[in-house]
Amino acid sequence: MMNLQDFLTMRHELLLILVAVIVLIGEIFISDKSKHVIINLTIILFLLHTIVGFLPIQEGKLFGGMYQNDLFRATLKNILNIGVFIILLQSSAWIRKEENHGKISEYFILLLSTLVGMYFMISSGDFLMLYLGLELATIPIAALAAFDRHKNNSAEAGIKLILSSALSSGILLFGISMIYGTTGSVYFTEVAANFGKESLQILGFIFFVAGMGFKISLVPFHLWTADVYEGAPINVTSYLSVISKGAAVFIFTIVLYKVFGQIAEMWNILLYVLAVLTMTIGNLFAIRQNNMKRFLAFSSIAQAGFILLGIMGSNQAGVTSVVYFMLIYILTNLGAFGVVSAISNASGKEDMRDYNGLYKTNPKLSLLMTLALFSLAGIPPVAGFFGKFFLFTSVASLNDYKYYILVLIAVLNATISLFYYLRVVKAMFIDPSDNPIPYFKTDTHARIGLLICVFGVFLVGFVAAIYEAIYKFSSLI
Amino acid sequence: MIQDIPIQYFLIVSTTMFFIGVCGFIIRRNLITMLMAIELILNSVNINFLVFNKFLFPHQLQGHFFALIVVAIAAAEASVAIALFINIYRRFTNIEVENISEMKY
Repeated sequence: MMNLQDFLTMRHELLLILVAVIVLIGEIFISDKSKHVIINLTIILFLLHTIVGFLPIQEGKLFGGMYQNDLFRATLKNILNIGVFIILLQSSAWIRKEENHGKISEYFILLLSTLVGMYFMISSGDFLMLYLGLELATIPIAALAAFDRHKNNSAEAGIKLILSSALSSGILLFGISMIYGTTGSVYFTEVAANFGKESLQILGFIFFVAGMGFKISLVPFHLWTADVYEGAPINVTSYLSVISKGAAVFIFTIVLYKVFGQIAEMWNILLYVLAVLTMTIGNLFAIRQNNMKRFLAFSSIAQAGFILLGIMGSNQAGVTSVVYFMLIYILTNLGAFGVVSAISNASGKEDMRDYNGLYKTNPKLSLLMTLALFSLAGIPPVAGFFGKFFLFTSVASLNDYKYYILVLIAVLNATISLFYYLRVVKAMFIDPSDNPIPYFKTDTHARIGLLICVFGVFLVGFVAAIYEAIYKFSSLI
Repeated sequence: MIQDIPIQYFLIVSTTMFFIGVCGFIIRRNLITMLMAIELILNSVNINFLVFNKFLFPHQLQGHFFALIVVAIAAAEASVAIALFINIYRRFTNIEVENISEMKY
């Protein structure tokens, strides 16, 4: 029997839906002239939601096990919350612009509803809820990608995203149908109990990985990434590359461990190949990009390759390293995107060559960008180094020479990535420019967002308690 | 009776439909046709779910409900996709993918 109290298990989801509904009501009652109030309203409400999210939750399962929540899943949601909060801060300058007048609450509602989808996806206890959450997380993002209706690129990004994600979820579903046909259930626990090594099950599993690979943009399935990231408005791009990728990585890890744990040695080979391809091709393509959004798109593909290394660790330390890396990745990448979006909002420039001489005019932003790029590349004093270090240790602890080779390839790739990250740094600090981007003042919201990123990048790297806490929760997977 | 038809026949139909859908998605150059190809894929999944449910696990209805929800979500997906196609049509005055290629490698 369920009673009303049981719904407290879904506190994260219910609160977020409440926030979205309040924004929706605000859209009705706030007059056209003072629509800007909605921005601050949403940010404050979401901040409250984020803080409440850290309070202890009631663990348990709902709806016959379709939904489950525990400390581990709550932690994942909290990590996503921090990222979304920073994105809300960063997007305020963009959404305030004249061209977006009348679309303010639309943006926030779409953004929040995708986040609800990601929550349900992370908390799913069966494939049906996983699919529902995945679609709820994907369909509104396609609308968001086409948010700049007057731009051709944005419209193009929208259809590229909706078509490729629809195809990928079709493939994912075909895989799930095969798994259902061979195990007789769509519940994670029952599937795991009945999972043998029949060919049809393996085929279903491969379809499943292909479908998820689209969402995480692993290499053979990455072709939509760069175009969508380039065409979408920059804050939507940062949401796509950080939050939706993060949520997909989390659920992918959970499903691999919980449902397909019995064929771990099989998916290790699969992930091995995918990781090598993703890191290498992501890096090589990143070298030749000049548009900053495209450049960050390929850098995020390469980072996804590193994440796979952590998943292959197949133990508690592996899960911890993935979650820990995602936390760092969210803060770092949002720092980089925050600078790019501030510059894009102020001057409309998104090309790497426009960044020449930026240090002379905007020293603070240049330093921030450098910090973020160093962290992405994994240079020691910043958190990015520790994230990568734990990923590499978790896969190296498998003690097999083929994994040592993988770590070697990963380290080589990290070195290659340093080249293109430093290209941006070189443009900002060394390359002279006749007309650099003039000095501008970043708006207060974006500034707070960037400050959170900077503090976060140092804090997460140096405070061991954060790693320990994630390690403790990871045992619950 | 439906039970007299071997399950393989259904699976052959659904698998063929799936791959026709994938091929159509790759080969066809019109956005609406590509959307139709995706619908084919989703319907092949539905056939799979229903057939597995009916033939192998008739005492539970998980497959049936999964198929119902897939239908509902496919409708939502199609509506958003068509809204985006209309947007594309306004900007490019056609919906051939060959012409929608401002961003490329």
